[in-house]
Amino acid sequence: MAIGLHERRPDRVGDAMTWLCCGALAVSLVLIVGLLGVLAWHGLGYFWQPRLELLALRDGGKVLGAVLEREEIPGAALGADGVAPTRIRVEVGNRDLTGADFRWIDDADVVARSEPRDAALLERLEWGNFHGFVRSVKRGDETLASGADAWPALTRLVAEKARERESLERLEKGELGALNYALERARLAERKLALDAPPEPERTRRADAIAAETKALHARYEALAAQLAEVRQRFDAETVQLEAADGAAKELPVGAVVRAVAPNALGFGGRVGLYLSRVWEFVSADPRESNTEGGIFPAIFGTVMMVFLMSIFVMPFGVIAAVYLREYAKEGIAVRLVRIAVNNLAGVPSIVFGVFGLGFFVYLIGGTIDQLFHPESLPTPTFGTGGILWASLTLALLTVPVVIVSSEEGLAAVPRNVREGSLALGATKFETLWRVVLPAAAPGILTGLILALSRAAGEVAPLMIVGMVKLAPSLPLDGNFPFVHLERKFMHLGFHIYDVGFQSPNVEAAKPLVFATALLLIAVVLATNLLAILVRNHLRQKYATRSI
Amino acid sequence: MSSPPTEGPELVPDTATAPLIDKPALTVDGLSLWYGETKALKSISMEIPERKITAFIGPSGCGKSTLLRCFNRLNDLIDGVRVEGDIRFHGASIFDPRVDVNTLRTRIGMVFQRSNPFPKSIYENVAYGCRIHRMQKTRDLDEVVEKSLRGAALWDEVKDRLHESALGLSGGQQQRLCIARAIAVEPEVILLDEPCSALDPIATAKIEDLMQELKQDYTLLTVTHNMQQAARCSDFTAFMYLGEVIEYGETGRLFVKPQVKQTEDYITGRFG
Repeated sequence: MAIGLHERRPDRVGDAMTWLCCGALAVSLVLIVGLLGVLAWHGLGYFWQPRLELLALRDGGKVLGAVLEREEIPGAALGADGVAPTRIRVEVGNRDLTGADFRWIDDADVVARSEPRDAALLERLEWGNFHGFVRSVKRGDETLASGADAWPALTRLVAEKARERESLERLEKGELGALNYALERARLAERKLALDAPPEPERTRRADAIAAETKALHARYEALAAQLAEVRQRFDAETVQLEAADGAAKELPVGAVVRAVAPNALGFGGRVGLYLSRVWEFVSADPRESNTEGGIFPAIFGTVMMVFLMSIFVMPFGVIAAVYLREYAKEGIAVRLVRIAVNNLAGVPSIVFGVFGLGFFVYLIGGTIDQLFHPESLPTPTFGTGGILWASLTLALLTVPVVIVSSEEGLAAVPRNVREGSLALGATKFETLWRVVLPAAAPGILTGLILALSRAAGEVAPLMIVGMVKLAPSLPLDGNFPFVHLERKFMHLGFHIYDVGFQSPNVEAAKPLVFATALLLIAVVLATNLLAILVRNHLRQKYATRSI
Repeated sequence: MSSPPTEGPELVPDTATAPLIDKPALTVDGLSLWYGETKALKSISMEIPERKITAFIGPSGCGKSTLLRCFNRLNDLIDGVRVEGDIRFHGASIFDPRVDVNTLRTRIGMVFQRSNPFPKSIYENVAYGCRIHRMQKTRDLDEVVEKSLRGAALWDEVKDRLHESALGLSGGQQQRLCIARAIAVEPEVILLDEPCSALDPIATAKIEDLMQELKQDYTLLTVTHNMQQAARCSDFTAFMYLGEVIEYGETGRLFVKPQVKQTEDYITGRFG
């Protein structure tokens, strides 16, 4: 029986499979978009300043704050009109006066609501935000401005103080820090001298040199301390007189105000500007108030530097191992066992690597380095404690299987006839490997690095015991010789999320920061991956092995 | 290495077919080769003339590519390969332990069945051998590259894009690039392993013309499936079957008046 060409042969199973695959992909996409969406919604909203509302309460009290959400009162009886009573969550600030940043208020208790244009929000170095009204600005006992003039005077002063604070920080962290660093080195030199106990003329010569240097440093220290005291006095000279919504008065040094805004007087442009300036502060500033405010720059820096160091360690190591396994080792039981071991290494829980890093890198290698090269600072360990070097090495160990496996695949993908072409020209095996095979395998090797980067940037558990801390006093890279301080502890975005979200004294205020930091962590991972992918695509174009 | 067998006449099936060669470039002497347990070449003895084209023909699996890869010892790379007998290059054994295999491969170049340019620029492909052997200073390298590309009849087509990727060339151009790469290191012998099997007739004709020019300076050995090609462009032809050289002689004579029945059957298309 002939079948007409227009007769469709139904393919139910095939159609169903197509839909199934399509559906699975759609679900994955929705999950990814959902994940990013949730993070963005919670995280990015944090920087947007809502209007401040002045609420007059039934009991005569007054509250100035931003209404964040409204919900039905759980367990309350329905009202007379059959509507469930609701309550609002208000961010009221003034933690120093009222004890809490947030307050639940029943809607029924609110008698009147208004949005006064002069309502001010002051971000402070301590105690969180202040909500209230600016009454006057004083220098000592002299009133600089009051009434309607007080606000412009304050904003001017705050901008001035921001510049002064910067120079203060430069003095304290920069010059004073460098001086302290030099003093510590001098102290260590003295101690080393005592330990070395060289013969007489040299001992005196070195002791004199150290004493002279210490003296000079102390003199500079005195001068700097005096300068600092003067700057600080000037810095703290002005105060602002404030009044909270309930009438309580508060006096605050203007230097303690980070940012002064009147949200209700701001137009849309002003709000966007405020938003951007807060986002910038978040990514560029140091944290304040046990990490719940300010920025997370040290954590970003620590994460990136640690991942960068890790790639420096893991790449040569993994590639050389893969080259040996694939190109030189004779295929046999030994090589198969090594391969199985490498693959299993990838499955070892990461905390185990952390413990290994602590025992091997920190205690054994670090301890030995301290005894050999830094005996003068013992019992305070230099390398014998967690630090960014040990953390990167631990992560390098954790990710080396990934690099080995992908590098091997990359090497295996280089066609045999290309290798033979090189050998037939009289090139040795190594020359062939170096000039033809490795360049052609580079994209595969970089794929391994990309996977390793993603894995490493997200690891937290093993790092907690080999050098990651909640708050690092200084970055592992700074202006003091030798500039790169591999022994220093560092901050990390992953740990920061945990710390801010679950170890913070002010969980409610820190919650949005958890989401914002998580979003940033994803952005950092994405950025490093993107960089590696760009490099890989460039190499792939340059070293393509297939054409026809 | 086993001592070369002395009973010469027995190894060539019919002495009458062996060509008279006064100056052999390569002498194969009782060469046998095993892949593990499989004997792929069976006591082959023959002399390859200098500056001529010698073609190897025969059905698939007859060992002609294996034999070709013996001349530059490329079979060394394959696990489980064992060789008996000898190949002499200008009188010296190439299997001598004192022979540096990389130097040997510099003097006996090779072009493969599938063109295999390196993932580099055209220029770097040609300069590769010279760079490896540090033959020329960079200044002279330009000359070597031009000379080799001209020698491979490719210069006019690529002179404006020397620094573009070699993978952008067509299949025939890639194969000529591989020839240029091989002659850049100035070998004496070039082995061509089915150089035209992946090419269209026009590209094939170009390579064949090139071979005629190259034989002025080089000794060429080529493996081919294409009997017309062997008849067209080779000076000597060896017919191989099941690891043996059945008949070896001047091409004109072998194709017109084959002396062995199997050769006749093969070239007339009765089997193969």
